[in-house]
Amino acid sequence: MSTITSKPVIHQLDIHQNRNSGTALNLEWLDHIQVNFSSVEGRTKSLLGRRCVKKQWQEAWLLKAITCMDLTTLGGDDTKGRVRRLCAKAKQPVRRDIIDALGMTDAKITTGAVCVYHEMVETAVEALADTNIPVAAVSTGFPHGLSPMPQRIQEIKASVKAGAKEIDIVITRGHVLTGNWQALYDEVSSFREACGDAHLKTILATGELATMRNVAKASMVAMMAGADFIKTSTGKESVNANLNVSLTMVRMIRDYFAETGYKIGYKPAGGISKAKDALSYLILMKEELNNDWLSPELFRFGASSLLGDIERQLEHFVTGHYSANNRHPLA
Amino acid sequence: MSTEANTKEIFETMDYGTAIESDAHAWEWLKSHQQKFGHFIYGEMLIPEKNEYFSTYNPATGDRLADVACGTAGDVDTAVKSARSALAEWQALSCYERAKYMYAIARLVQKHARLFAVLETMDNGKPIRETRDIDVPLVSRHFYHHAGWAQLLDSEFPEHTAYGVVGQIIPWNFPLVMLAWKIAPAIAAGNTVVLKPAEQTPLTAMLFAEICMEAGLPDGVVNIIQGDGKTGSALVNHDDIDKVAFTGSTDVGRIIRKATAGTNKGLTLELGGKSPIIVFDDADIDGAVEGIVNGLWFNQGEVCCAVSRLLVQEGIATKMHEKLKARLEKFRVGNPLDKSIDMGSIINKTQFDRIDSLVKKGVEEGAELMQSSTPAPTTGYFYPPTVLANVSPSDTVATTEIFGPVLSTMTFRTHEEALALANNSRYGLAASVWSENINLALDLAPKLKAGVVWINSANLFDAACGFGGFRESGFGREGGREGMHAYLKPSFIKELKPYDKDSIINNGISKEHGIKNAGIEQIDRTPKIYICGKQARPDSGYSLSVLSPSGELLGQIAEGSRKDIRNAVEAADKADGWSKAPNHLRAQILYYIAENLEMRREEFAKCIVEMTGVSKEEAVKEVEISLQRLFTYGAWCDKFEGSVHFPPMRSITLAMKEPVGIMGIICPNEMPLLGFVSLIAPAIAMGNRVIALPSEQHPLVATLFYQILETSDLPAGVLNIITGWHEELTKTLAEHDNVDAIWCFAENKNISTFVEEASIGNLKRTWCNNGLKRDWVNPIEAEGKEFLERGTEIKNVWVPYGE
Repeated sequence: MSTITSKPVIHQLDIHQNRNSGTALNLEWLDHIQVNFSSVEGRTKSLLGRRCVKKQWQEAWLLKAITCMDLTTLGGDDTKGRVRRLCAKAKQPVRRDIIDALGMTDAKITTGAVCVYHEMVETAVEALADTNIPVAAVSTGFPHGLSPMPQRIQEIKASVKAGAKEIDIVITRGHVLTGNWQALYDEVSSFREACGDAHLKTILATGELATMRNVAKASMVAMMAGADFIKTSTGKESVNANLNVSLTMVRMIRDYFAETGYKIGYKPAGGISKAKDALSYLILMKEELNNDWLSPELFRFGASSLLGDIERQLEHFVTGHYSANNRHPLA
Repeated sequence: MSTEANTKEIFETMDYGTAIESDAHAWEWLKSHQQKFGHFIYGEMLIPEKNEYFSTYNPATGDRLADVACGTAGDVDTAVKSARSALAEWQALSCYERAKYMYAIARLVQKHARLFAVLETMDNGKPIRETRDIDVPLVSRHFYHHAGWAQLLDSEFPEHTAYGVVGQIIPWNFPLVMLAWKIAPAIAAGNTVVLKPAEQTPLTAMLFAEICMEAGLPDGVVNIIQGDGKTGSALVNHDDIDKVAFTGSTDVGRIIRKATAGTNKGLTLELGGKSPIIVFDDADIDGAVEGIVNGLWFNQGEVCCAVSRLLVQEGIATKMHEKLKARLEKFRVGNPLDKSIDMGSIINKTQFDRIDSLVKKGVEEGAELMQSSTPAPTTGYFYPPTVLANVSPSDTVATTEIFGPVLSTMTFRTHEEALALANNSRYGLAASVWSENINLALDLAPKLKAGVVWINSANLFDAACGFGGFRESGFGREGGREGMHAYLKPSFIKELKPYDKDSIINNGISKEHGIKNAGIEQIDRTPKIYICGKQARPDSGYSLSVLSPSGELLGQIAEGSRKDIRNAVEAADKADGWSKAPNHLRAQILYYIAENLEMRREEFAKCIVEMTGVSKEEAVKEVEISLQRLFTYGAWCDKFEGSVHFPPMRSITLAMKEPVGIMGIICPNEMPLLGFVSLIAPAIAMGNRVIALPSEQHPLVATLFYQILETSDLPAGVLNIITGWHEELTKTLAEHDNVDAIWCFAENKNISTFVEEASIGNLKRTWCNNGLKRDWVNPIEAEGKEFLERGTEIKNVWVPYGE
């Protein structure tokens, strides 16, 4: 395996040129995957003691976190009006005066994407027409992924047609729990094919995969099958993203890169609601991978309430006062 | 503040920047003491006898932090007197009273946690993350745990007494943790202490002294004397010290062992190491890499139990090395007060130069050098994390303790080879094993020569789990019940009296080699020596005459010599199957020995009468008690077991009791059968292999015992018996580097002294009577747990679990 070195941040075009074309399903490779849970826990625990960012570094890192955010609404009660409001927030995630005070006026800070159900893709695409912010659609019978296969494929195609640039698919957890890697590989491969040029983000629903070894192997199979991103959770499982599962997945991304030269993105989702948590994830990416993964091309947060906490924190930097929710525009 | 430009720039670079822990409070504290410290004696900060001070510096910056007194012999004497005068009152307190003080100390450490952490980082150069997240929490945990032992002292350690005044010397790598490991068990057990911190890191001990005052600890219970090696030497050699506890280098450990030889001072040594980390091809390799980060690139590698030898299975060696190389680039070495730093500064220039020259030596000898290329400050003594790949077992860096952030790597093919390489060391402190196969890991753990084994983990510590080494890593344990035993001794010991003129036996063996007319009616008995299950002629080819108290010739015995000891140790070495044999088997054989002895009780009693001149009644009683004793240890075989600890994390820690190994036992002259049985039975019951020197003056019962052994299924080499002159034979035994322990119950105190002095070669464990006489009939003095504890080592195997 070659050493991971620090390179300049990849632009959208580069990543497209180097898009993961997947590999054959390599079962021998899977056989060698070992994850020791206590050791994973030890690493995440110690990591947060080993690194921290303060003052202007924290400001910059939190702004970076915003640019890596898939601002998300996945409610049964979503309406067009609600989605438009979310898109407006994605375009201007932080109060203009705060951005100005931080000297970031020119940086054009937006969120990384807006993430919605298929039904709302059109509305979102329309609302974001004058921006580069992609719309992501959750798909394939989200969140459980147990609808008939043809319909799941159809759903992807419909969302792509409606203008979604990214498709967040869910896998059949049963394939992982029964060790049916071929079925998982075939499933994700079909989804990738259906995506065409749209990026495939594979949700593993790690909270339902029982063990870190399963998480690691499912990550690897998803990447072999052509996933552009691997993602932890739908946000609907009882256990969502956490640092342990993230470390496990990110290490698989590192191994896959070392073996194939493809950089796969990572998206933790669900339960990330504090600015401090966002920093922890960024630190994890920087330490276990490198700065390439500190950009929206290779890293996203799936979050709905995280932004609010970051906004308050940013205002605190500017004013020196602790802030309040009502001072920041709603999504 | 030009925040504007910066934020934007950082947004692009995504650097960490700096996050410096403030040292303002620590400076305030130093200044409140005018940056000048004396000793802490009898509850007061004392000005030293002479106006001699040394300076202590921040190794990361070179700043002078304070001037600290350099203790003279006079200062040491004052401190020892202080501890002595506090002893009686401290011991008179109830367990509850002592526990309350210790609880108060634990709480106060927590209350002043950050000041301790910052001050420790400034004085030592280690990262604030480690002092804040690891060292200080370990310290308070240690006092909490030992407040508990103080509370339970009477109920859990009945018939035991504190040593008295304990002299303690600690190193600079963990100044505060080592202080806690020394002071907490000592005072919990009812000792009073004089502790000398390292001259490189004297400061947190003074802050601790203030905590003792704040807790209202009675004056003189804890005394801290500052100074260098000379001060330490004065402490070790002070006549009124009852025990010495030392943590530091193996070389100094040897000096202390020699200095305390024959003084009757208790001694525990926690010394160096060259501990292995073994990574199998079914391991979580990323986890193992972090194991090295936590177990070696921790505290700048200045850790006695650092896992500095990587043994990696050949098939994954390339992958492992690549991962290590990549990991090195993630290291941040720099200002230890920066919260985003992995490694701080080496303690001083001497140590830095030593590390550097050893690394150069490693490269010279053919190792492939991998070093982090990330920048480090040029002031201070910052050494990058380093790997010396593919070294050979004979290379300097494969065997020498570097005490720096340097990993030497080697490959292995099979688990047997991994084990052989791991144990191919003079040391035996710790080992780390990485495999997802629990069968393999648990097979290896008992076979590793190490006091601590971490499975799929490294560098885990807890107050409840004993820590300490095998071999030249020292002896004694710190933490847990076994750590308390290091500060307690059986209460009867202080009542023992030296052998007096009447009890010394020196007429049992003729000093002349000439042929004597035996005039014995029976067929000539020509006992030989007993080696490897056979009766063998002595190498010397000489015999000695055994006389009755009235000077009649009773028979002749072989005059064993140096070569016979060599052969016996070789036989014992080969008999290692005994150490792994099931307890039940060992029990059966001990009972069987008793059964066979029982059948010949008359003959043994007669032999005792002839040699010693005791009455028949007394001789029969001696045989009878010997039989009972054999039964006692047959009984203990499968009952003196380990324990399971539950440290405050998701892990079990198995405290396994293991045989010490090969033991030399020098038996008393008196009670030739009972003295012999009382010593060899517990030793072999615990799985040791023994070279016994039976009663020098009355050896014939032991030679008679050969036949018992030959009919009792005891495997060859487990018990070897060599008759002859104790002084001469003991010399070879005590100097033999393949003997792990010596028990000496010779009446001549000089032999004890000699054993302790000679043990420094391989730092064998010694248990000497120092010329004090035990009553072999009395079970309190002559049988039980004391003997079993002396015949075992405790190994703590950490098994973190969870899926």
